[in-house]
Amino acid sequence: MRCRTVLTLAAVAAFSVLSIGTASGADPIRIGAVAPKTGPLAAGAAITHWPNIQLWAHQVNERGGLKMKDGSRRKVEIIEYDDRTNPGETIKAVERLATQDKVDFIIAPYSTGLNVAAAPVFAKHGYPQITATSITDKIPELTARYSSIFFALGSTTALAGSVAEILSKLREERKIGNKVAMVNVADAFGIELAEAARPIFKKAGFEITYDRSYPLGTQDLSPIVKGAKASNPDAFVAWSYPPDTFALTEQSKIEGLEVKAYYTAVATAFPAYGGKFGSSVNGHLGAGGVNPDTPEMQAYFAAHKKVTGKQADYWASAVTYATLQVLEQAIEAVGTDRKAVTEHIKKGTFPTVMGPWKFFNQSIDKFWTVGQWQNGVFYGVASTGLPGAKPVITKTGW
Amino acid sequence: MDILITGLLLGATYSLIAMGLTLQYGVARIMNLANGEMLVAGAFGAFWVFSAQTLSPFASAVFVVPGAFLLNWLIYRYLLRPLVRRAKNRGTLEVDTILATFGMSFAFVGIMLLVFGGGYFTYSYLAEPYFIFGSPFGLNRVVASLVAAVICGLLYWGIHGTRTGMAIRAVAVDPAAAGLVAIDVPRISAFSFALGGAVTAAGGIVLSTFLTMDASIGVVFTMKALIIVIMGGVGDVRGTIIASLILGLAETAVASLIDPGMTLAAAYLLFVLVLLVRPEGLFGRRHS
Repeated sequence: MRCRTVLTLAAVAAFSVLSIGTASGADPIRIGAVAPKTGPLAAGAAITHWPNIQLWAHQVNERGGLKMKDGSRRKVEIIEYDDRTNPGETIKAVERLATQDKVDFIIAPYSTGLNVAAAPVFAKHGYPQITATSITDKIPELTARYSSIFFALGSTTALAGSVAEILSKLREERKIGNKVAMVNVADAFGIELAEAARPIFKKAGFEITYDRSYPLGTQDLSPIVKGAKASNPDAFVAWSYPPDTFALTEQSKIEGLEVKAYYTAVATAFPAYGGKFGSSVNGHLGAGGVNPDTPEMQAYFAAHKKVTGKQADYWASAVTYATLQVLEQAIEAVGTDRKAVTEHIKKGTFPTVMGPWKFFNQSIDKFWTVGQWQNGVFYGVASTGLPGAKPVITKTGW
Repeated sequence: MDILITGLLLGATYSLIAMGLTLQYGVARIMNLANGEMLVAGAFGAFWVFSAQTLSPFASAVFVVPGAFLLNWLIYRYLLRPLVRRAKNRGTLEVDTILATFGMSFAFVGIMLLVFGGGYFTYSYLAEPYFIFGSPFGLNRVVASLVAAVICGLLYWGIHGTRTGMAIRAVAVDPAAAGLVAIDVPRISAFSFALGGAVTAAGGIVLSTFLTMDASIGVVFTMKALIIVIMGGVGDVRGTIIASLILGLAETAVASLIDPGMTLAAAYLLFVLVLLVRPEGLFGRRHS
């Protein structure tokens, strides 16, 4: 009995502290977040997605909250759900955030597939969905169908096209020859990129000497690297996912695959990639890139490291953070009316860590496409019109 | 020749993944779906030792293997023993333990997420070419195969050459009859389960030198182990070794000669064939 009284007292005390806490300021703006914490894409989300939400919420609340039109300050409260990398769960969680938690805004999910799956639910409930990690050639169709979706990371064809341009340029400079070995992971992203790349490479006059796919989660990629090496290529291009990006690189090093241009797709921009392979990946090309030398990016990298304890990646991390900045500025400009926020995002210009952003037809048309490891940093070397690209270097041995 | 060696190296990798489950399923009759998580936990131990202590990842075996043994013994003693007691026959035990360990696998993933975070765990160790008959192979894979050979050899000797091993075999064949000849069946089952967990964690240490891991990747290994154990025949160490090597060779041959995209299909085709021809597995006993 005694014990129970104490517990009740404690509960009452805790409750009153809570209510005092909220009564002293305006109600926080409640923001939902759905992304993988488990499942195949969890590791990617743990690098690119979740830390930026943490960083952004921390910074906003440290400033005292979002500065609303009426001069009041409102903090943000993040409500997180794990979708287990399962599109069905993503849809359910978004639905739940909208109808049961009744959150004010929902941060776009992680990856192309999960974002596309959730797009109808975002649209149905009228929540703006500013995606930072979806790359697709279906942007015109998707933005025509859903008036609330936004894209910021680019399109598949632009990504593949930039690789072909870089290889063509190296060929013109007589640094590489004509033969390209190309492999891809047999998963949506890899297949779409390989299909986009095949005609582009052929049109650019390259001979694809080796062209194979491998299943996601293959434990031994040495037959692939051996096959690619046997075709005697001048350039190696892999439309790969994180675990195989690491495995292909390690295997290429072991087999001594000597090419002057070496490209792997997702995860090449992860700090862990440079950390694992050190100087032997100098000159490696990969998807993404940033211009890490701007003062905004320098400050962002430092804050990311300080608040989350982790290093930001050199591609979608900053883009993810920038989408949150867009949301922040739109709320500060027009309030929490979701329709007004969506309209504001369509029209406004937003200073972000990636530079000034303006959405055309709901998508950012200037983005980084290819980056390259140069002396321990992954610099953007190709983009669709962004300033600050570094010149491409050739790979020199392992 | 390249195909043969690459295939054998891959097969050895597979045997490391599956050996622990053979003991757990074959002897203790626990279809442990949280097996892959134990492997990942072992890999994390190695990663931690390598990156935080800058020691050889193999040094982590000093605490990972006994730790895994103890943890699995506790799991068996407190979480699975009640199911074993309650089960009326082997069928109900299998269903119960599948459900229980399936749930456990989620709990493990959650704990590992909390402790290690959700990112990728990868490092370079012995990632240099080692030449066999003039072709380069990853030294870490070669070392992994040697470790696999040693572990398999020790287990084979332990099970066929010692008194405890004989008891283990007896329990694997018939727990009820084993009890009649004064074998402490619960103790042997707990021992086998714990040993299986320790072997799996040791496998994780070795695999972490060349595979990129994250907290939720365990299920991939569980699936592979399941196929191999069932293909090899439940409760037979030899069967597991042979099945691993066959799978490794078949996948490598298909990847090199036909198309890397077909490896999974080849593995499952082989699995189906074995099930059709010998439903009890390569070395399994026919149930009378």
